[in-house]
Parts: sequence; C-alpha cells; structure tokens
Amino acid sequence: MTKIELTVDGAAVSDDVEPRMLLVQYLREKLGKTGTVVGCDTSNCGACTVHLDGTSVKSCNVLAVQANGRTVTTIEGLADAAEGELHPVQEAFRECHGLQCGFCTPGMIMQAVDLLAENPDPTEEEVRLGMEGNLCRCTGYHNIVKSVLHAAEGAKS
Amino acid sequence: MIPVKFDYLAPTSVEEAISALGQHGDDAKILAGGQSLLPVLRMRLNAPEVVIDLGGISSLRGIRDDGDAIVIGAMTTHHDVRDDHLVKEHALLLSKAAAEVADSQIRHRGTFGGALAHADPAGDLGAPALALGAQFVIAGPGGTRTVEASDFFVDLFETAIGDDEILTEVRIPKHTGWGAHYEKFVRVAHQWPIVAVAATVKGSIDEARIGLTNMGSTPLRATASEQALAGASATEDGVRAAADLAAEGTNPPSDLNGAADYRQHLARVLTGRAVLKAAGV
Repeated sequence: MTKIELTVDGAAVSDDVEPRMLLVQYLREKLGKTGTVVGCDTSNCGACTVHLDGTSVKSCNVLAVQANGRTVTTIEGLADAAEGELHPVQEAFRECHGLQCGFCTPGMIMQAVDLLAENPDPTEEEVRLGMEGNLCRCTGYHNIVKSVLHAAEGAKS
Repeated sequence: MIPVKFDYLAPTSVEEAISALGQHGDDAKILAGGQSLLPVLRMRLNAPEVVIDLGGISSLRGIRDDGDAIVIGAMTTHHDVRDDHLVKEHALLLSKAAAEVADSQIRHRGTFGGALAHADPAGDLGAPALALGAQFVIAGPGGTRTVEASDFFVDLFETAIGDDEILTEVRIPKHTGWGAHYEKFVRVAHQWPIVAVAATVKGSIDEARIGLTNMGSTPLRATASEQALAGASATEDGVRAAADLAAEGTNPPSDLNGAADYRQHLARVLTGRAVLKAAGV
C-alpha cells in the first residue's frame, strides 16, 4: 500500500491505496464520487474525464498514486453545490439538450470546461476538435457542440 | 480491468531512478505519462513487478534554448511541446505533430520522451524527430551518452535505450523559420495514423526534410523525395513529382487499416500535401 494525500473537489483526503488502483476507481469506490463514470476502460471514450491540477485527464488512465499531492476536480465539484446552482456549462447542456442517455455527459462537461478555459471563444470546428477525445453513442454530437458554443456565448455576455 | 499488482517507486532524481532500474532490471517498467503504459497494464499485456514513476523528477520537464539547439525534457507533455514558443520558432514541425497526438486529455498527460521511448511505429513524434535530426540524451549507471535519431529507432517498440538507462532529454537542432506541416491520415478521430508524413522545408525550396510515420517498423526518412526537392521550385507539379518517390525503400505493414501497397500510395499522396502546405503553396 502507498499513502496518498490529495485534494478532491475542494476537500483534503488521504488514504492508503494499492499502487495499481486507477484514479477513477479511487474516486468512485473509495470516495463514493460515482458522478465520474467508467465508459470504455480503454482510455478511448473520455466518460471518466476529470481535472488534475486544472487540466482535463482520463481518470481511467491515471493511477491514484500519480495524483498524490495534486488537486482533482470531478463533475461533482464543478458547481457551487451549496448555492444549489449548476455550473454554466452544465446549464448550457441542459438548455441545449446536449445529451440523451447522459452517460457520456460528466466527461463531456469536464472536457468542455477545459476547452473553454483554454479557448473561451471557439469556432464550431475548434469545439469538435477539442472534444474529439469524448465519445457519445446517442446524440450524433450536434447538440453537444451547440451546448459548448452556447456556454461560450453565455460567458461573453 | 485493473493491472496486476506491482510495487511502486517514485524517485525524485534521475540518479535514484537509474539505481532503482539497476536493482530491479527486467522486472521493472518506467512510467512517464502512462498514456501508453497504463492501457497495456490494464489489458494485462505486460505485468511488471515494479513500476518506476518519473513524475516526481522535476528536472525532466521543460524546454530550454541551448544555442544551436532547443532541448526538450523527456517528461514535457505533448500539450506543452505544442504550445511552447521556442518549439514554434525553431522546430515548428514538432509543434504541429504534437498537436495531432491522440486527444486533448491524452496530450495533457502523455510525454514527449515517453512516446519516443515507447517507439510505436504509428506514434506521431518519431517521424518529425527523425526529420529534424534529433539527438537523444540517455542516462545510465556510467553517465550520459547522446544517440543520433538515425541510430535511436531500432525496431518495433525498440530503441537504443538500454535496460538500465533512461531517456532524459532530446536536443533538436534549430530549424528557425522553416515551414512545416504534419499530415496525418486516419479513419476516425483520435486514432493512430494509418500513415502520416512530417515535412519541413527551408525557403521554397532550398532544403526539405521528410519523415514517414507507420511506413515500416521504425520512423523513416523519404530520402529520394528530399533529394528531388532540394533546390526545386515549390510548384504543385514539381512537389508532386518529388512526392511520387516518397515510398521508395519503405516496407509498410499490411493490416485491417490498409495493405502495404495502399500505405505506399498514401505516403506519396500525403507527402505531396505535407510539402505543399509546409512550403505555403
């Protein structure tokens, strides 16, 4: 077992974990943060996307021990839950119906937040390219792209 | 799936990492960004007893100016290589190729040195590194040595790095002001390239350097095309005639994504496109 100390969604946590434990397993099974989901388990689909020190990563492709000393933000820590509000990107996905079954949505939103942080005013093509690491089997992507563009618009006004 | 159990070491210096490698030898695997290694461990295609994580060695990260070359630390991420101003100014080809690696999340974790040491023939960074004449700085128990790109790539997933050695940095001779383009051919988003071509040209055209991805067991240079382009004018016909020589001497694989002769056809077409875009035609 290896001791890890990190910050997850604003809270300091520490645990002894097996080195082989994946970050996504740690989040779900140890911390109960099941908002982050496992889609493909092959690092293709992006459903497990979280932020590690502020940038998006696929948490099925990071060991929990690699997050030692770092800061993780999951879909559950994105909005100010105490205020009962959604994050503007979550709100945009709701308004534009950027989902059908919803399984890919946590990863889509976490990647969209990262994309908009780096490029606050993207073109449609830049959104499609920036989201290429996230797969959706329902929507055909159009409403997801609309949601991200809508969030960018909202941030400007 | 989750990996088979292993012991985890997190050295904080290169010396410590090399000593750990010396102690565990064949039983150990080096973890850089983990974007190729972790899928391999999860699918249990490999089961090392010890994983040595280089993530805690800060001296392996970053890009610096070193006179006639820029030096890229092995643990620098693809994202940082893509955006770095020194890379854009002196080795634009690498910035363009790094932008095409996998997807955004993978580029935040995957490392320049890790990808080159992994030496997947379909990896996006070998061909540009070869085309730019990269020099690989490798540290071992006896000190460091430097290996030319032409000697670094040995075979499928095999490089000149010894079992007790670690790639620490890569020196890229400056190609200041050279035009560049990385033309990657895939069927779907964030796939490994079926074939890709890395081209960088000085003027239009004094000199051309062209690397081929996935056209053999290692990255290759399109030497015949390079020779035909040197001193040629950058017209569409001239470039396409030179590009027709791009598959000479290649021995690409045949697999579900394409037969060898199809890949050779792609290499010719993509070389034409890459050179024309690099030359701004």
